[in-house]
Amino acid sequence: MWEYSDKVREHFFNPRNSGPLEEANGIGDVGSIQCGDALRLMLKVEPETEVILDAHFQTFGCGSAIASSSALTEMVKGMTLDQALEVSNQNIADYLDGLPPEKMHCSVMGREALQAAIANYRGEEWSDDHEEGALICKCFAIDAVMIEDVVKANNLNTVEEVTFYTKAGGGCAACHEGIEEILAKVMAERAGPGEVSPPPACPATPDAPKPPAKKLSIVEKIKKIEEVLESVRPMLQRDHGDVELADVQGKKIYVHLKGACSGCMMEAATLGGIQQKMIEALGELVQVLPSSHMPVEA
Amino acid sequence: MKPIYLDNNATTRVDPAVVEAMLPFFTEHFGNASSIHAFGSEVGKALKKARSQVQALLGAEHDSEIIFTSCGTESDSTAILSALKAQPERNTVITTNVEHPAILTLCDWLEKEGYIVHKLKVDKKGRIDMDEYRSLLHDRVAIVSAMWANNETGTIFPVVEMAEIAAAKGIMFHTDAVQAVGKIPIDLKNTKIDMLSLSGHKLHAPKGIGVLYLRRGCRFRPLLRGGHQERGRRAGTENSASIVGLGMACELAMQKMEFENTEVRRLRDKLELGLLSQITHCFPTGDISKRLPNTSNIAFEYIEGEAILLLLNKMGIAGSSGSACTSGSLEPSHVMRAMGIPYTAAHGTIRFSLSVYNTEEEIDRVIEAVPPIVAQLRKLSPYWTDKGPAANPEAAFAPTYA
Repeated sequence: MWEYSDKVREHFFNPRNSGPLEEANGIGDVGSIQCGDALRLMLKVEPETEVILDAHFQTFGCGSAIASSSALTEMVKGMTLDQALEVSNQNIADYLDGLPPEKMHCSVMGREALQAAIANYRGEEWSDDHEEGALICKCFAIDAVMIEDVVKANNLNTVEEVTFYTKAGGGCAACHEGIEEILAKVMAERAGPGEVSPPPACPATPDAPKPPAKKLSIVEKIKKIEEVLESVRPMLQRDHGDVELADVQGKKIYVHLKGACSGCMMEAATLGGIQQKMIEALGELVQVLPSSHMPVEA
Repeated sequence: MKPIYLDNNATTRVDPAVVEAMLPFFTEHFGNASSIHAFGSEVGKALKKARSQVQALLGAEHDSEIIFTSCGTESDSTAILSALKAQPERNTVITTNVEHPAILTLCDWLEKEGYIVHKLKVDKKGRIDMDEYRSLLHDRVAIVSAMWANNETGTIFPVVEMAEIAAAKGIMFHTDAVQAVGKIPIDLKNTKIDMLSLSGHKLHAPKGIGVLYLRRGCRFRPLLRGGHQERGRRAGTENSASIVGLGMACELAMQKMEFENTEVRRLRDKLELGLLSQITHCFPTGDISKRLPNTSNIAFEYIEGEAILLLLNKMGIAGSSGSACTSGSLEPSHVMRAMGIPYTAAHGTIRFSLSVYNTEEEIDRVIEAVPPIVAQLRKLSPYWTDKGPAANPEAAFAPTYA
């Protein structure tokens, strides 16, 4: 059985705001293809202020689907529609003190129902803006669609690279076979008729300067370093972590890992991934190290 | 209140008599059966006895046809890989699409390795089409593997007849009988079955012990090579305590076979009828006229199985479900899909599997507990109204799937 938090159990055993809502003026019906669960969210919105006065749900689904629906109705009551649109699936999961990785899609379904209900109230057509695939990496909850997108966008060729970019495969290693299958598929497409397959060692960004590139000034270098860090921060923040630049000393780039990243068992993989991107962006070999490794000043 | 365990197709409690038989083999009889000294020979004798106890339950002609393994999955893999290795000129495996993952996942991998796998389809009641089966047998088929009884529905396949048809064409036949052994009579010497898998923990022996029955004369290649244990057909020091336990469990199963097929069957029928008569929009799945005496699988429409299980668990009742959510996979049970059960019902399937330890009082409590749980969840369901299912459930609620 799943490891559900007490809050999930509590919302499942005593769901809030369940059943039809007669005066609803915004209704969202969505389902998760991942497991066949489905949810109807009903909102009663005050037209003048666009404040959600009441919210009810009906759910066909498992314990965490029911708990996510219940939590969602509690969260959005009293919000304006614009505020409600800011609610992310992570907010829903956090409200419930977390969900097992296999069950995160329940919170995604909640957010989608909310968007669909608001669109319905506003007389708009709601269309799903993301695609969810089969869960590949259970350690870090990374699905097939995300891996495929990252492999395509960055021209990845190995499981190690996929781990650097997405973390998938960095835990128990059970999904390496699945990642290899995705790689094989994308690489076969890449090598399609008329196309020349890039050499395996091709740098990840097409416009990466080729070493030996002209030497960057220290200001240019730090700007590039900041750009790389900015690009990885959303990924880390999604896992409640963060990173910032501490210092640059020659070929050594020191960073502060913050939040969930500090002390994470995947620290080495995270730094390795950042280092890979730094090397590509700067066109030279550099080392990315945690700030704790900085030499103590005399 | 004492919890009620109705998940015996998942695993069973080790019988106290089995535990008692095993205990000396952790302490005074700890020897290695291969050793020449007295410590070893005591164990050797015990293994011999256990082998004959298993032989008796399976109705095998020779005790040397019993190979002890670590589990049902190992027995399954050994059987199929052996058939392919021993007959390199044959590259096809025939199985069914309702097998246990121990077979299906292996077959999917074999397909990737270049072998050809045919999965027989089943009808709405989980029965295979014997004409389709006959039409698939040709001289490139290395092995047919069909389960004796289905773990989810209890539906029994006509494996004795299937084995005869295969034998007539010179094709090896394996059956995954982990759910059948100990629940229904088996007499292998009067069949054409070449290989059979069993798993100790499904019949009140401990986990971590299994058997591959291998008919004398059947070509064989071992999965594990090393020592001479099991006549070199399965290397690795014998799990002597568990083998002794399995022997005892087989003997007990023989004694309780009659009880299983009368009293356990009666309680199962009482439970099923008790639920079907009280709850609308539910139905038993599988071939109820030909199934294990202990299994009832009921689809409760418009609600989801994990939610049912969580509420049952709160009442101290243990069952299992074919819903996607309980498995962590993307789809509801492949067995339910193979039978064409609609999603809104497949997600709400609950399996109750009894054992000889269940009592009338327990069954009465379950009959009382389930209907309010179903009603409570249906109240939350978008497919349901206060008067019953929505007039046209699929139209009344047609979510956008993402």
